[in-house]
Amino acid sequence: MKRFAATPNGHDSASTRRSSVLVAAIAVLGVLALTSGNALSDTGNPTANGPDALLLTPALFDEAGTLDAQEPAVLCPFGVIAEDVPDDGGGAIAVTWELGDAPVSDDASVSADGSVSADGSAEGTGGSAAVSGFEILRFAPGEEPILVGEAPVTDRRFVDDTAEAGVSYQYIVRALSSVTGPDGVPAGFADSIASSAATATAQWFATSRLNALVVMIFACGAVMFYIGRARTGSELYIRRIPGLEAVDDAVGRATEMGRPVLYVPGIETVSEVGTLAALTILGHVAKKVAQHGTPLLVPTADPIVMTTAQEIVKQAYAEVGQSDRYDPTSVTYITYDQFGYTAGVDGIMVRERPEAVFLLGYFAAESLILAETGHEIGAIQISGTKETSQLPFFVAACDYTLIGEELFAASSYLSHEPVMLGSLKGQDFAKFWIVVLIVAMVAIGTVGYAITPDGSSVPARVFDAVKTWFAGG
Amino acid sequence: MKRSIPLAITFLTGVFLVVSFFVPHEPFGALEQRLLIWFSIVSGFTMLLGVDNLLRSHGRKIGRRNPGWWHSVVLLIGFAATVVLGVLGRIHHGSPFHMQSPFMFVYTYTIVPLQGTMFALLAFFIASASYRAFRARNTVATLLLVSAVIVMLGRVPIGAAISEFFPAAQEWIMDVPQLAAKRGIQIGAALGAVSMSLRIILGIERSYLS
Repeated sequence: MKRFAATPNGHDSASTRRSSVLVAAIAVLGVLALTSGNALSDTGNPTANGPDALLLTPALFDEAGTLDAQEPAVLCPFGVIAEDVPDDGGGAIAVTWELGDAPVSDDASVSADGSVSADGSAEGTGGSAAVSGFEILRFAPGEEPILVGEAPVTDRRFVDDTAEAGVSYQYIVRALSSVTGPDGVPAGFADSIASSAATATAQWFATSRLNALVVMIFACGAVMFYIGRARTGSELYIRRIPGLEAVDDAVGRATEMGRPVLYVPGIETVSEVGTLAALTILGHVAKKVAQHGTPLLVPTADPIVMTTAQEIVKQAYAEVGQSDRYDPTSVTYITYDQFGYTAGVDGIMVRERPEAVFLLGYFAAESLILAETGHEIGAIQISGTKETSQLPFFVAACDYTLIGEELFAASSYLSHEPVMLGSLKGQDFAKFWIVVLIVAMVAIGTVGYAITPDGSSVPARVFDAVKTWFAGG
Repeated sequence: MKRSIPLAITFLTGVFLVVSFFVPHEPFGALEQRLLIWFSIVSGFTMLLGVDNLLRSHGRKIGRRNPGWWHSVVLLIGFAATVVLGVLGRIHHGSPFHMQSPFMFVYTYTIVPLQGTMFALLAFFIASASYRAFRARNTVATLLLVSAVIVMLGRVPIGAAISEFFPAAQEWIMDVPQLAAKRGIQIGAALGAVSMSLRIILGIERSYLS
């Protein structure tokens, strides 16, 4: 007994079907009343009496409580399931339901347009033509149902994030008629039977993130291992990164030419890891600049980045004993607006004619505008970002580009400190084994599906299992 | 002490955030959201620092009569005018962001067209950068040129009109070699970010500290 049917929608051949559905509806109500011991409420609202709560709809009942077969039909939701949302901190319950093509009783069903056939098969193709949307009602034992949310007609799932942890709730899904009255209010509705009780509970571990945990432990373990080795004095080979070796040359050239160095730390705030990487490199560049006595310009797009950059540059000058040369106006705030900032930096490039331009951090559409302007003024340009969509622009317009991970490696690479280099070695080690895993899985998957295209062979199943595990969460 | 306290705060914050990613239960579950709110509050106050820096820096340029100092005058007048219009919008329309407010008039008819103008420059810069990048100086550059021509032709109707090869080839280029390279970069960047985060959390990377 899953659903409750409304009346036909007044179509020409409705009389026979109408009789059938009325009989079916009465039978349904009768059985429900007998099995649950409940009765319909006067208002037509569902009563809060557990999973067998009765289903009511004004489409069937007029004010006097008698059946009205002339109201527009509303398909009734059925199969309502309420479950605790997994991997959360409690306080959320997911409600799912179905609609349409469900039998009203053993010998009747309702179709997409609300018409009913007596042979148990639905007519129509959709299942929600007579429904404009859903309302989700919730009740706890001994309480009246309350509206907790709405869902569009295309949805079959709703997450109630207002549930109180530890309290059992039941849910009723109300389908609203697509036919509206003069005041725009749906002309009818149909309520599902109540779901079984569900309780929102908090979990201590998000199992869907197990894959992330394993990868994190592996990556962090590799980094920690090589940091430990570096601390013991082991010699570590680190590959050459040309873009970083050019930093000294760029600053040196600017010094020789007597022109400033322009450092652009991107357009994002410090919560962006690329900006953080750019700020760590700024410290090294500022030291070089301070040693050579070259002017440094750092226009920023974010006040927090500005404040941090000011402190980093000031500290860099102090560390090389050039505190008196520090110019507090070298780090400036321009604007948070993307293209306003671009215009400002372009203006600085054209007016100040820097000899070396660093474009490091997070960049979006302004990347090529900045890089091309830098190219036009003849500056040596070193760029770097993790944004794959902007990398081609930098590669095309700049002399050196730090691609993705190289940006994060820059600080360690430039410092030449063994411990920092150890973290780079660990990162490369993790990357190596990820590449090995990818190549192995490509081979296993290819062989598996070559043996059995339906994926039933052992290699194919291994491939699918690994793929699913990594894709989950 | 000056360094150890910030390092301890960084360590604890980093560890708690990592734990909160895997443990949804209180008190960890809502920690990230709570810290983001703190960050927003701090960020709001630092905007005042940004404005202060902007006004001081341009005021200094005007005071010293630096070359192009009148640009700074225009900026300060524009800044003051925008603030005044915002206040007027609040008084007369209840909000500076009301569509009829003078502030929104300035935004709609000055800021937006200027943003559009800057963005439109990209088309010309792409042309000049492409010209340099696509010069067939060596094998790699020639490969780039050929790939670019196929992709460009495959993405416009004239490509399909010439031959069905172009749409199919561009789809293959974008879905296979391009996507493989992009994902490779992303995996490397993710590992790099993990490594850098670990260095910061453990206090090995300190160059961001003053």
